[in-house]
Amino acid sequence: MNISPDEPLWQWEFIILNRTILFTWLIMALLVFVSWLITRRLSSSTKLSRGQNLLEVLVIGLRDQIQEVSQQNPGSYLPFIGTLFLFIAVSNIMAIVPGYHPPTGSLSTTAALATCVFVAVPIYGIAHQGFLGYMKQYIRPSIFMLPFNIIGELSRTLALAVRLYGNMMSGAVIGAILLGFVPLFVPILMQAFGLLTGIIQAYIFSVLAMVYIASATHSNHENNVKENVPDDHTEPVNTKSN
Amino acid sequence: MDSNTIIAAVSIFTAGITIALGSIGPALGEGRALAQALSAIAQQPDEASTITRTLFVGLAMVESTAIYCFVISMILIFANPFWNYFLQANGG
Repeated sequence: MNISPDEPLWQWEFIILNRTILFTWLIMALLVFVSWLITRRLSSSTKLSRGQNLLEVLVIGLRDQIQEVSQQNPGSYLPFIGTLFLFIAVSNIMAIVPGYHPPTGSLSTTAALATCVFVAVPIYGIAHQGFLGYMKQYIRPSIFMLPFNIIGELSRTLALAVRLYGNMMSGAVIGAILLGFVPLFVPILMQAFGLLTGIIQAYIFSVLAMVYIASATHSNHENNVKENVPDDHTEPVNTKSN
Repeated sequence: MDSNTIIAAVSIFTAGITIALGSIGPALGEGRALAQALSAIAQQPDEASTITRTLFVGLAMVESTAIYCFVISMILIFANPFWNYFLQANGG
C-alpha cells in the first residue's frame, strides 16, 4: 500500500504526470468552467439563476468571514483567500467520486499551498505598512526575538501544510483499511465524516491564512495589545471586541 | 531474529505507542477547549459566531499535534526508510 498519490502515472522523457497533477488540473478546469458558465449571463433583477445564487452566497460569505477575522476591507484579500478556500473545498468534496484521489492528500500540494501563504504574508504586510514597518515586526519586543520570530514564521507554514495533508491522507488511509475489514456500511459513514472534515479543513486553512495575513497588516494600530500576546497566531481573533 | 523482523516489530510497536500517546494529550486539550467554549456561548449567546470561529481555529491548532503523531505512525508502518533500506540490502 502506498500512502502517497505521487507515483508517476505516465512518463515522457523527463516529464512526469502523476495523479496529484492530473486531478489538480481537473479541479482547476472544473472551477474555471463552472464560473465561466455561470458568470456568462448574470442578472441584476430579483430572479436569479441557481448558479448565480450559489456564487453570490459563496462570495458574500467569504467577504463576511474575511471582514470579521481581519477587521479590514475584504476587497484585497478576497481573491487570494477565496481561491484557497474554493480549491481546497472542491478538491475535498470531489472525494465522493469513485477513482478520484484528492490532491490535498499529497504533501506536495499542501506544501505548495502553504508556500503561497508564506509568500503572501510579507507581500500583504509590505503593501500595508511599508518595507521598514513590516520588517520592524520581526524585532518587535526586542532584537533578541528575531530568530524566534523567523522560526515561528517557518513552523506555522510547516504546520499548515502537514495539518491539511494529515487530515486528508488519514481519511483516505482509514477508508482503505476499513474497506478491507468491514466493507458493508462503515466505509460510507467514514466517507460522510470525511466530507465534513474536508470542508472544515478548507475553512480552517483559509481562516488561518487570513489570520496570518491580518497579523502582518494589523500591528500598526494594536501595538499595545500585541505586546501582551505571546503567540501572534491568535492575536487578531483574541483582540476582536465589539 | 534477523534485522528485518526486529525492524518490523519495533516499527509496528512504536506506531501503536505513537498514535496512542499522541491522541491522549490533544483529546484532553480539545475537550477542555470545547467545554470552555460551550460555557462561554451559554453566557454570551450573541458572541456565538466569534466564539465558534475561534474555537475552530484553536481546535485546528491543538489537533495538529495529533496529526503529526498520525503522520509519523503512518510513515513507520507504510513508508519506513530503514525497512526499505534493509530490504534492498538483503536483496529481497
